[in-house]
Amino acid sequence: MRKILAAGLVTLSLTALATAEPVKVGLITTLSGGGAGLGVDVRDGFMLALKLNPDGAKDITVVAEDDAMKPELAVQIADKMIQSEQVDVLTGIIWSNLAMAVVPNAVAQDKFYLSPNAGPSPLAGDKCNANYFNVAYQNDNFHEAAGQYAQQSGLKKVFIMAPNYPAGTDSLNGFKRYYKGELAGEVYTKLGQTDYAAEIAQIRASGADSVFFFLPGGMGIAFVKQYAQSGVGTPLIGPGFSFDQDVLAAIGDPALGAKNTASWSPDLDNPANKAFVDEFKKAYNRLPSVYAAQAYDTANLLISASTKASVKDAEAFRAALKAAEFNSVRGKFKFNTNNHPIQDLYVREVVKDGDTLTNKIIATAFTDHGDAYAEKCAMK
Amino acid sequence: MTRENVVSIVLLCGLLILPFVAQAAGYPFYMTLATRMAILAVAAVGLNIALGLGGLVSFGHAAFFGIGGYAAGVIASHAMNGEHLLGFAVPASMPVAWLIGMLAAGLVAIVTGLISLRTSGVYFIMITLAFAQMIYYFAISWPAYGGEDGLSIAMRNSFPGANTARPSDLFLVSFAILLVVLLFFWRLRDSRFGAALQAARQNEGRVAAVGIEPFPIRLVAFVLSAMITAVAGAMYAELNRFVSPSMLSWTMSGELIVLIILGGVGRVVGPVAGAFVFVVLEYWLGGLTERWQFFLGLMLLAIVLFSPGGLMGLLAGKARHD
Amino acid sequence: MSTSLVLEQLLNGVQFGVMLFLMAAGLTLIFGVMGLINLAHGSLYMIGALVCATVAAWTGSFWLGLAASLVGTAAAGALIEVAVIRRLYGRDHLDQVLATFALILILSEGARWLFGSFALYLDIPPVLSGSVELPGGVHYPLYRLAIIAAGLLVAVGLYLLISRTRLGMRIRAGESDREMIGALGVDIQMLYTIVFALGAALAGMAGAMVGALQSVQVGMGEPVLILAFVVIVIGGIGSVRGALVGALLVGIIDTMGRILLPQMLAAVIGPAKAAGIGAAIASMSIYVVMALVLALKPKGLFPAGT
Repeated sequence: MRKILAAGLVTLSLTALATAEPVKVGLITTLSGGGAGLGVDVRDGFMLALKLNPDGAKDITVVAEDDAMKPELAVQIADKMIQSEQVDVLTGIIWSNLAMAVVPNAVAQDKFYLSPNAGPSPLAGDKCNANYFNVAYQNDNFHEAAGQYAQQSGLKKVFIMAPNYPAGTDSLNGFKRYYKGELAGEVYTKLGQTDYAAEIAQIRASGADSVFFFLPGGMGIAFVKQYAQSGVGTPLIGPGFSFDQDVLAAIGDPALGAKNTASWSPDLDNPANKAFVDEFKKAYNRLPSVYAAQAYDTANLLISASTKASVKDAEAFRAALKAAEFNSVRGKFKFNTNNHPIQDLYVREVVKDGDTLTNKIIATAFTDHGDAYAEKCAMK
Repeated sequence: MTRENVVSIVLLCGLLILPFVAQAAGYPFYMTLATRMAILAVAAVGLNIALGLGGLVSFGHAAFFGIGGYAAGVIASHAMNGEHLLGFAVPASMPVAWLIGMLAAGLVAIVTGLISLRTSGVYFIMITLAFAQMIYYFAISWPAYGGEDGLSIAMRNSFPGANTARPSDLFLVSFAILLVVLLFFWRLRDSRFGAALQAARQNEGRVAAVGIEPFPIRLVAFVLSAMITAVAGAMYAELNRFVSPSMLSWTMSGELIVLIILGGVGRVVGPVAGAFVFVVLEYWLGGLTERWQFFLGLMLLAIVLFSPGGLMGLLAGKARHD
Repeated sequence: MSTSLVLEQLLNGVQFGVMLFLMAAGLTLIFGVMGLINLAHGSLYMIGALVCATVAAWTGSFWLGLAASLVGTAAAGALIEVAVIRRLYGRDHLDQVLATFALILILSEGARWLFGSFALYLDIPPVLSGSVELPGGVHYPLYRLAIIAAGLLVAVGLYLLISRTRLGMRIRAGESDREMIGALGVDIQMLYTIVFALGAALAGMAGAMVGALQSVQVGMGEPVLILAFVVIVIGGIGSVRGALVGALLVGIIDTMGRILLPQMLAAVIGPAKAAGIGAAIASMSIYVVMALVLALKPKGLFPAGT
């Protein structure tokens, strides 16, 4: 039994309109192991959008499978979906290294790839592709917004820290692209590190006025807990990933007051977002994360394109995607020349809503922000 | 003909014929799956020289697998960008990638082997892991070839007379390597060198008493084993058109060991049987449920508890060499 | 760097080392007595943390959570020993590797089934929050001092257990000669179950205590497992004393390496490159140390039986 999460009937009727061509979607995401929380949110956000729009989604079928966070397995599943299931569109991947493994192969075989998360810089720059659409962000974006916020709010001496791997160096470079003040310290930690006592002692000794850190997943949870216990009071700034809904419950009150940057927030004031947050809570009994929001937008983008053009007509379908005529939960959304978003980026603060920790927008870091790699992309 | 030989021939013929039957019947993906099986089997045959014949349980063979993978990836990317590698214009060809991978893995194996082989038992398991972890952390943080993000291969390296972009050609190349490597393993096992290697595993004291030094024999076996696994790594990168540090991770080393134990330690086609079952289970269960790892674990446990000689033990009876 | 900062970092190294010892103690005990390579030790550590977090969330008390995780992992350990491990003692190390690898898969996915995909909340008990001032002007978190104390207590406790009690006498007898103690009329199956449950409970305790400082989630056990193996191999497998020394060595070298290497490199190649390269070398440091130790002493610092 293939896990077919069908959304509505697939109409094979010959009388159907040309635009009602069935679209088969392969959703590859992380549903097991330590990173499963993010993958579950992506899948749930994606499926929710299809469920809420039965008319638009009636010709869309989804096959979902677990990549276990292994690039080789993700490639194998992508091959299977393309060769056996004959999917037209792939989506779902959380991690940059898995995206780098799957995306170039998929678009080389003339499939579409819509990214609900992960935007490694090569795919935004010289390896950009007309069939690859990133509906989330370019990897540097949230970090750039944090740098911009630090600059705007007059911080003078920031301590910056990230794990020692490409996403980590990209993060600190993105931050430094907009923050021009002095650095109290620049530290790279080991990927997967769990104890941060030594780094916290360095922070205390550095005399920093703020700490910017990017530590995804369990690393960030561990750091913030230990930081709070150490009693070092220097304010924390992070990209949205460090303080999003998937980790806030585990960090608990130490997260309160932390500033973080993202393209979306549950309190973002527009009708599409209100509907999304309400329906997500109703369907899954928890607040959505930014990953769920991005996946929800991805599905709605797909619906908007599939009602306008047939997926078999690649050129028309591409144009329909590029037009991005859907109601984004981020308010406004459009694609840059390199098929990456031009969007607003917000500064959020962790607050308590009743008993639940969540985020609230306190400022806008960028309006209509693109990315630094678009000019390296050959598409104009 | 012994029962083991019959089982071996049936297995190999099945692996060769089934993907073509499936392709003709409109299931082209099984070709990719069969290629994966063949390549993992090559890697495991390589490890089987050290582990099965020499009793050297290397928990770091992912290092050699990954080195081979990076050899293929680096050559492809340099050729793609028209850049020289260390001052040479290296052709984007698979045999060249294998050669470079084997050389690099062989060198690393000599250095690490000289140190590791002074230890034995669990200490050997862990010191090989330590060396692999060093290479893993180096690969993650070294930015030149993508670090943790890995390196995509836009166009596969070429092989004379084959179109490597076509799945069936890639499969045939992989299968041919598997046959060569199996033949090599079989001849090696029954050679004087192989006899000495196995004798050193079974009774070190006796071997030393008849004037054979076990250390150099083990070192040669370890290096040969690393070089074969590197070729498999190069092919694995070609198959995925991608190489990343996850090929170097300790879980990969663990999986290679699992393939061998599953199939039957020291058996010629044991790794083939192990790769076959592991890939089928992973594929089939993964399509069935997102909890596939749970059921994979249960099945592996059942095999180890109820079939001590691995699958070959189950199918072909007790091994002749035990 | 000021002297007090160096002292504080040394203390951090010791503390990290003691944390590693808590994880490694059970592993080395099980190997020493039964000769079993237990890859699933990290899973028991994970179960300890998950149970502690869940019970603490229900009852509001960390201590009840800790008690529950001790009982829970000991029970899980006994169950696993009777159902699976018991069949592996006579077998090759390789079969043990495959079986306990399978256990990792089963326990990880099983835990995700029970506890969900998201990380759980677990905070330190209020009694142990805050920090104390140590001589030399270093402010140090109380909970981390408590971990050091707990680790030393476990070390002393294990020493007394093994050298002074009847159970310990049997364990020592079992280490040196397995058939012998069966002949003496000791119920060896029962002994093994008890030792395995004890090792599991130690892993569970480590998971619960360290979990309060870290992220409690599925998959937290495997990185720890590798570190714990490094520790017991450096110390000499089966030796509790070796595990303690190995753990402290790894903890201090890892911590000081992380701090000092980038700074030392900065003087040579400039701060811009030093941060990345220094961190890369630091992340390899404990494996370098392990390779060095084994190259010089192939059976670890304290070979079992000494």
